[in-house]
Amino acid sequence: MTEHQPWRRILFLSLFVSFFFYSASVYTSGTALTGVPNASESAYRGQALYRENNCTACHQIYGLGGYMGPDLTNIVIDMEKGPEYAAMFIEEGTDRMPNFDLNSEQVADLVAYLEYAGAAGAYNPQKGRMTWYGTVEYERD
Amino acid sequence: MEQSNTNAINIDRRSGLNFIILGLMALGACVLMGVLGAFKYIYPDSLGGLEFHKLRPVHVSLAVAWIFLAAIGGIYHYLPNYKNLMITWPRAIKLHFWIFVITGIAILTAFSMGIFGGREYWAYPPALSAPIFATWILFGFNILFTLKKEKNPWPVYYWMWMTGIIFFLITFSEAHLYLIPFFSENIIRETTIQWKSYGALVGSWNMLVYGTGMFVMERISGNKELAHSTSAFLLYTLSFIALMVGWAHHVYAVDSATWIRMLAYTVSMAELAMLAKIIWDWRTSLTPEQKHAHLQSYRFIFAADIWVFLNLILAILISIPAFNLFSHGTHITVAHAMGTTIGINTMILMGSVFLITEEVAGLNFKGWAKSCANYGHWITNISLIVFLGSLMVAGSMEAFTEWEDFYEKSDAVLPLLTLFAFSGIGLLVGLWMVVVSAIRLLTLDTTNQAEPLKAAAE
Ligand code: HEC
Repeated sequence: MTEHQPWRRILFLSLFVSFFFYSASVYTSGTALTGVPNASESAYRGQALYRENNCTACHQIYGLGGYMGPDLTNIVIDMEKGPEYAAMFIEEGTDRMPNFDLNSEQVADLVAYLEYAGAAGAYNPQKGRMTWYGTVEYERD
Repeated sequence: MEQSNTNAINIDRRSGLNFIILGLMALGACVLMGVLGAFKYIYPDSLGGLEFHKLRPVHVSLAVAWIFLAAIGGIYHYLPNYKNLMITWPRAIKLHFWIFVITGIAILTAFSMGIFGGREYWAYPPALSAPIFATWILFGFNILFTLKKEKNPWPVYYWMWMTGIIFFLITFSEAHLYLIPFFSENIIRETTIQWKSYGALVGSWNMLVYGTGMFVMERISGNKELAHSTSAFLLYTLSFIALMVGWAHHVYAVDSATWIRMLAYTVSMAELAMLAKIIWDWRTSLTPEQKHAHLQSYRFIFAADIWVFLNLILAILISIPAFNLFSHGTHITVAHAMGTTIGINTMILMGSVFLITEEVAGLNFKGWAKSCANYGHWITNISLIVFLGSLMVAGSMEAFTEWEDFYEKSDAVLPLLTLFAFSGIGLLVGLWMVVVSAIRLLTLDTTNQAEPLKAAAE
């Protein structure tokens, strides 16, 4: 166990420790919800249903998920679509999206979840403005 | 006494190979599921009862299983066979193996029955994560205590392997934080952490894979300096930082501090460039004899290098915020994910599998299995060009054209995704040829032919 070059250990340890500080900072800063309450009971149940039916295989929320169907982040808050439109898809399915045989309460929970996702979100690529040096700034309202 | 000692050695000598063989089978099944999934995506009415949302998690889980099994099997194999470090608890390797198999079967059964519950990539019911976590604890301690027997300074790959294992445990826990209400009741926090944990997951397997790659390069070249060089430790440091921040440059859509993005961007590019440079320098340092002695392994590592270069270009592009804003959530992201898992990780791991194959099979490395592996390697790489190319074009169309809506966009890219699905068949054929020949060679009975292995172990 002699000449274990100590700088290698120091390297490992310092990176290891910084990982934890860094994580704590990511968990807490910049992730607070502004202007919207935390998930309601119904939205919370909807979130679990979203996982249990693996909606994520085909849909994205905040760009996270599969690509077969559209991103759902803003669908319920979208003026042209809205809750009834979303509920119809979830209830019936289409020839590409399965019908999950959900009861009306479950459908309502899923819609509540999608509504919350959109309301909480800053995810709206259309609102991004490109700067001349290649980064993006958001217009927040 | 004498007897039990040889037994322990025998267990050590082959047990890593079982992981590798299982991993190869997982890869074979993974590409099959991928191709079925792609056809289901394009022709939703085809393939009867098979459903896309079941095929996709099966495909993804098998891909993850392949990468981890091949890396784990390599570590269990290399330490006792080439580094003279007997695994501390040989029986724990068996336990590890069987817990893995049983959990794997449970997960696949759950998916096929439509039982989900987890987040993307770990979409099975979260209770099944417990045995997976346990196997990594087992593996981690076993390897740590084995490496502690090393008298000399650790080469970079020991550091990479241990870091990969530790961070797998951390990131796997992080990916389950959504089970705690503090995280899940705030969707922004939850999404951010989910992305962060995936970044670290990829970072942890990159550590395992790069470590394996460094070992293979050392073994082929016989140059022990390589794994102690400044470049090697620079790659280690960069990969470590990328493991922390790498996710951030992918998502300009979710809030994260600007400094994190800039750091992430710089570090991931430097990481890929460093990896490319190390492989390139290694390649040019080899003598024709050295290349010839491990020809198939060499070919895979070389292919990995080419894919590193190509992925580097793509990664730089998608890291430009203005580009990312549009490319994110399109098939460009899929190209990036598949390009790195197949082009870089799978090629490096195949380099490792064939290094072992060439040494285990020794003089038996000939005949149909040898040429099958070689042709398979070419078919895979050529198909991969078409495969990624069609995704890139489809993704660019999605990203940079103004579409009326999702439906118009989907119809427009369908021909390209059809090309993608058909090139997937090429990938399937190529990889199956490689997998079948590797399994064939690894299962040859070499009991009467211990010499090549021993000679190679020197
Ligand atoms: C097998 C893939 C798949 C799964 C799983 C899936 N969907 Fe879909 N979904 C689609 C596709 C594809 C569309 C677009 C409509 C079409 O092409 O048929 C869609 C459309 C939708 C729409 C309308 C979107 C719009 O903007 O027009 C909503 C809402 C929706 N899905 C919700 C869900 C929810 C909630 C779940 C989980 C319970 C789910 N989907 C599971 C494939 C899927």
